[in-house]
Amino acid sequence: MAADQGVSRRVRLAFLLVPPLAWLVVAYLGSLGVLLLSAFWSTDAFTGAVVRSYTSDNIVRVLTDAVFRTATLRTIGIALSVTVICIVLAVPLALYMAKVASPRVRLALVVAVTTPLWASYLVKAYAWRMLLSPEGPLHWAAGYTPGYGLIATVLTLAYLWLPYMVIPVFAAFERVPNALIDASADLGAAETTTLRTIVAPLVFPGIAAGSIFTFSLSMGDYIAVTIVGGKTQMLGNIIYGQLVTANNQPLAAALSLIPLTAIVLYLLAMRRTGALENV
Amino acid sequence: MRNTTRRLGVALAACAALVAACSSSTTSGGGSSTAPPKMEPLSALGNGEGQLNLVAWPGYAEDGSNDPKVDWVTPFEQKTGCKVNVKIGNTSDEMVQLMRTGQYDGVSASGDATLRLIYAGDVAPVNTELVPGYDTISAFLKDKPWNSVAGQMYGIPHGWGANLLMYNTDVVKNAPDTWGAVFPGAAEFKGKVTAYDSPIYIADAALYLSKTKPELGIKDPYSLTSDQLNASVDLLKEQHANIGEYWSDYTKAVQAFESGTSVIGTTWQVIANMLTSDDKVKIATVLPKEGSTGWSDTWMVSSKAKNPNCMYKWMDWITSPEINAQVAEYFGEAPAQTKACEFTSDKNFCATYHATDAAYAEKISYWTTPQKQCVDGSGDNCTAYSEWVDKWQQIKG
Repeated sequence: MAADQGVSRRVRLAFLLVPPLAWLVVAYLGSLGVLLLSAFWSTDAFTGAVVRSYTSDNIVRVLTDAVFRTATLRTIGIALSVTVICIVLAVPLALYMAKVASPRVRLALVVAVTTPLWASYLVKAYAWRMLLSPEGPLHWAAGYTPGYGLIATVLTLAYLWLPYMVIPVFAAFERVPNALIDASADLGAAETTTLRTIVAPLVFPGIAAGSIFTFSLSMGDYIAVTIVGGKTQMLGNIIYGQLVTANNQPLAAALSLIPLTAIVLYLLAMRRTGALENV
Repeated sequence: MRNTTRRLGVALAACAALVAACSSSTTSGGGSSTAPPKMEPLSALGNGEGQLNLVAWPGYAEDGSNDPKVDWVTPFEQKTGCKVNVKIGNTSDEMVQLMRTGQYDGVSASGDATLRLIYAGDVAPVNTELVPGYDTISAFLKDKPWNSVAGQMYGIPHGWGANLLMYNTDVVKNAPDTWGAVFPGAAEFKGKVTAYDSPIYIADAALYLSKTKPELGIKDPYSLTSDQLNASVDLLKEQHANIGEYWSDYTKAVQAFESGTSVIGTTWQVIANMLTSDDKVKIATVLPKEGSTGWSDTWMVSSKAKNPNCMYKWMDWITSPEINAQVAEYFGEAPAQTKACEFTSDKNFCATYHATDAAYAEKISYWTTPQKQCVDGSGDNCTAYSEWVDKWQQIKG
C-alpha cells in the first residue's frame, strides 16, 4: 500500500516536471546546441545553402576581424551605459517608493513605472525618434538634441528597460525591515551610514538582478538602434545582416556566441559578488 | 555540482547529435553556378486549384485591407476562384529565404533576387504563351540577364523604376545633377546625407566611379573585381563620415526628410511622391547624368508550386492593362504593360515615370545579384554578393 502511494506520487511528480524539463532541454538547450554546431559549418558561395562539413574559419574570423571587434566593444559599452543609467535612476526612485511614499503614492508610482510595459516596443522607440529629431520637442524645449546616434540609442534603451530595474530594486528595498533602520538610527548611525552599511548590502542582490535584465536585453537589441541610432550598428545588426542579408547562417551562429559569452561572463561576475545567492 | 555539469553536458551532446542527425538527412539544395537545374515550364493551363500563396513586395498584392479603395486581389479571387494568401517580403534577401521554404507558389522578385532563385532551382521557367498579356509588355524588359537564362524567360515583368537623387530645395540650392553631390560633395551637408541601407548600394558608388574614374575600368556596377570593389568601398567609407542615417524602410526615409534629419540622398519615386503630397518640405528629384541604379521586378513561379495554374492566372491578371496600371500608380513605378498607360487615373502617369521610354530605361543599371562569374559575362574574377555584405558591414563600422 505504502509502495503504491510512493509510485503514484512519483508519477504525479513526473507528470508535473516532464513538460517544463523537456521544454528546457529540447527547445532551449537543444537550439543552443545546434547554434554551437552550425558555427562550425560553411555555406555554398553562390546559392547560400549550408554545407555541413567541419571548419573553424567562422570562429577565427569572428575573433580576428576588426569590424566585429569594434561592434562588440560598442555593444558592450552601450549595454553597460544603459545599466548604469538605469541603476542611477532606479535606486533613488525605488527607495522613495518603498520607504518614504504613502501607500497611495506608492501604488501610483508602481503603476506609472509599469504602464509603459503595456505599450508596444516599436511605438516607444518611434516616440523617441520623434522626441530627438532635429526640430523635435526636445530641441524646442531645451534648445538642444543629441540627434540620432550612440547617445540616442543609449537613452532609448535606458528608457525601454528601466521598469526591469525599478521593480526588483523596489522589491529589495521593501524587504528591508524598518526595524533595522530604526535600530541603526537608535545606535547613533548617521543616515548615510545606515544606507551604506545596512541597506546597501541588503538591496544589492536586487540591483544585480535588475542589471542582468538591462545588460542582457541591451546586448541583444538591434531594433532601437535602427530607429534612433543614425548610422550606428550594434552586434545584433551584424548578426542579422549575416543571417538574413548574406544568408550566412554559420557565420551568424559564430557571431552570436559573442553576446552569449558576454552574458555568461556577466552572470559569473554577479555570482562572484554573491548577489545571486539569496535573490 | 560537478556531477550535474557532466550530466548536463551529456544531455546537451545528445540533443545536438539528435538534431544534427535529423537535419543532415535533408539534402542541401543548390549546385553548380554555371547552369540552372533543367526544368520544363508548364505546357498547358488547367483549372485553378482554388488557392494561391504569394511572396510580394508591400503594395504589390493589395486586398483592400490597407485602403478599401485599393483592391485588385478580391476581384481576382472572384474571377478565378483562387483564394490568395500574401506574405510580404521586406527585402530581396528575405524573399529568397521565404521561397526556399517551398511553401509559396510565386514571388515578385527584384533583379538582385531572381538569379539566386533561378540557379538554386527555386523557381521554374515560364511559358510566356500561357500569359496573353505578355505580348504587349515593354520590349526592353524581355529576355534580360536578370529574368532569363539563354533565351528562356523565368517570369513575367511587372514594373520598374530608378533610384533617384532627392534633395531638400530649401537647403540644397544649386540643383545638383550628379551623384557626386553625395560622394565628394557630401561634406557640404555633413550629418544630413542619407543612403540606402543595403549591400546593393555599393553598386551606386561603382556606377559613379565608372563615369568619374575610367582608369578603374568598371563597365557594369554589379560586376566588380576585388580592386574595383575596394575602390567603391573606399568611396563609401568617405561618404560614411557625412551620413546622418541610412534608410531601408521607405516610411523612415519620408519621415527623415520631413524632420530635416536628411536633406540629400538616394530615393525611390514613391518616397518623393509621398513627400510631395504631404507638402511639409520642398523637395526635388533628379536622375543624375551618370545614370542610376534601379529595380525591375518579375513575377516568378516556384519550382515546387502546389498551385501553378492559379499562379499563371495571377501573372496574367497582374500584368493585364487595367490592373497593372492600378498597381503601378499605387506603388509609384513604371508599369511593364505598355497598354496600362491607357488606364491610369493620372493621364500623365506614364510620361512622369517614363514608362515606355526605352532610352530612359537604358540609363538604369538594374539590381542584379553580384556573382563570382561576372554577371556581364566579362569573366570569372568578380566579387560575390557575400563579399559585398562583408564590405557593407565594414563601411558601417
